[in-house]
Amino acid sequence: MQRKQRLSRNTAYFVPYTLWILLFVIAPVLLLIYQSFFNIDGQFTLGNYQTYFSSSTYLMMTVNSVWYAFLITLATLLISYPTAYLLNETKHPQLWLLLIIMPTWINLLLKAYAFIGIFSQAGIANQFLSFMGIGPKQLLFTKFSFIFVAAYIQIPFMVLPIYNSISELKPSYINASRDLGATNWQTFSRVIFPLTLPGVKAGIQAVFIPSLSLFMLTRLIGGNKVITLGTAIEEHFLTTMNWGMGSTIGVVLIVAMVIIMWLTGGSGKRHTRKGLTK
Amino acid sequence: MTQRRFKWRNLYLWLVFIVLYAPIIFLVVYSFSKGDTMTNFHGFTWAHYQDLFADSRLIAIFLDTLLIALLSSLLATTIGTLGALGINNTTRPVTKNTILALNNILMVSPDVIIGASFLIFFTALKIPLGFGSVLLSHIAFSIPIVVLMVLPKIQEMSTSLLDAAADLGANNWQLLSQVIVPYIMPGIFSGFFMALTYSLDDFAVTFFVTGNGFTTLSVEIYSRARQGINLEINALSGLMFLMALVLVIGYYFINQYSSRHRSNVRGRRK
Repeated sequence: MQRKQRLSRNTAYFVPYTLWILLFVIAPVLLLIYQSFFNIDGQFTLGNYQTYFSSSTYLMMTVNSVWYAFLITLATLLISYPTAYLLNETKHPQLWLLLIIMPTWINLLLKAYAFIGIFSQAGIANQFLSFMGIGPKQLLFTKFSFIFVAAYIQIPFMVLPIYNSISELKPSYINASRDLGATNWQTFSRVIFPLTLPGVKAGIQAVFIPSLSLFMLTRLIGGNKVITLGTAIEEHFLTTMNWGMGSTIGVVLIVAMVIIMWLTGGSGKRHTRKGLTK
Repeated sequence: MTQRRFKWRNLYLWLVFIVLYAPIIFLVVYSFSKGDTMTNFHGFTWAHYQDLFADSRLIAIFLDTLLIALLSSLLATTIGTLGALGINNTTRPVTKNTILALNNILMVSPDVIIGASFLIFFTALKIPLGFGSVLLSHIAFSIPIVVLMVLPKIQEMSTSLLDAAADLGANNWQLLSQVIVPYIMPGIFSGFFMALTYSLDDFAVTFFVTGNGFTTLSVEIYSRARQGINLEINALSGLMFLMALVLVIGYYFINQYSSRHRSNVRGRRK
């Protein structure tokens, strides 16, 4: 009885948190969906969805956006998996991991800004290319630079979950596989990789979804050559003021997010994004 | 043979590190350059730092950013900790999982969606855009991380501790302030810390809800970077790099402290 009373009294503490869920989690999402049924003049309509699904511009943009997010995720994965694997073999993995995560504590905009200098016409990257005899090239405002910078920014968020799952791997599995005569490649492809798949999936979740919405990079680095779903939403909300259409694209983005979650299984954990929390 | 392979492996890691740090070092190095661009180093100067400290607008923005970060993480930590206590008290697993799922929505949503939906929300409620809306948004997106940091600590706490305190006549408030909070303090600390970095780092959400009159550092850097290179930003990044270093070291020590604390407790139990 006394315990029960304690519990019910404690629920009073719960009020601000519940209010937060209602006001800042449920209400905004419902409002976004609601808003997606209004056109720019404030009339209720299904037109936004109709426009979206019948316009080749919007559909191409969606396909492009997903394609770029895929390329960014792939590039990040290819760099991060070996990194995470080798990290695990070093003497002080925790320290190295901290060093990998450190750059995420530097403001994202500052890192993007750094690449404006590096990739610019007379920047250090072009000086290097000239030195190598290739000659200066247009680097900034290309699709390549967009993918490069996006992958650069996402690397730590991919390394961390993969590292976590590799460090949990029991060495006895690897030893057993070797004892049974597996080659290095077989051990990797049949034992190590499948066992670290949860980490890879968590990494993909942590990278793919933000990559769909990196609107500041498309502007600063991509020179508006790449339009992602995020760019389109920002454009509709803050420039053309067509909130209805923006919300419609938002709903599409939410659906894309749910599909990714479903494909990679389980609920995403963005707290892997800020490292160190584990 | 193995010796040699070992070196190759280290080379790869070093390469990754160089790539990760090069842009940051690049920024900091050019913050000391006499020139106006990031192409050639023209000799050492503190001029850009002097400009920075003379730029009262930027300093005001910096202070605002800090104020938002501190206020929002304090409030988010309070609400989040109470929320975690509440979640821990739920008896039905269905309720608990539903709340946790709702808690995670803001963790996994793209920033653009959070920003856009908050903008609609504030407009619908006629909350003026500016300091208030930015503060509210920062509190809102920091709460779930606090919950996720505090909840494991609460679950780790044995109920016998609470029962003992209750048997000894502690009331609810005493239970909370004398037993629960001291025990989960490391979780609260890391929650506060994460909330702080989330707030300092945020760009996309703030960009949506900030309106015309109010700016944070990220938004300001964005608008300046769009205009091209300005070495004052480099100086700013030098300072922010220092700040990040301090934050990381601080966080590292909190972590060390809490793990030592944990092992101490365990040692005493034995």
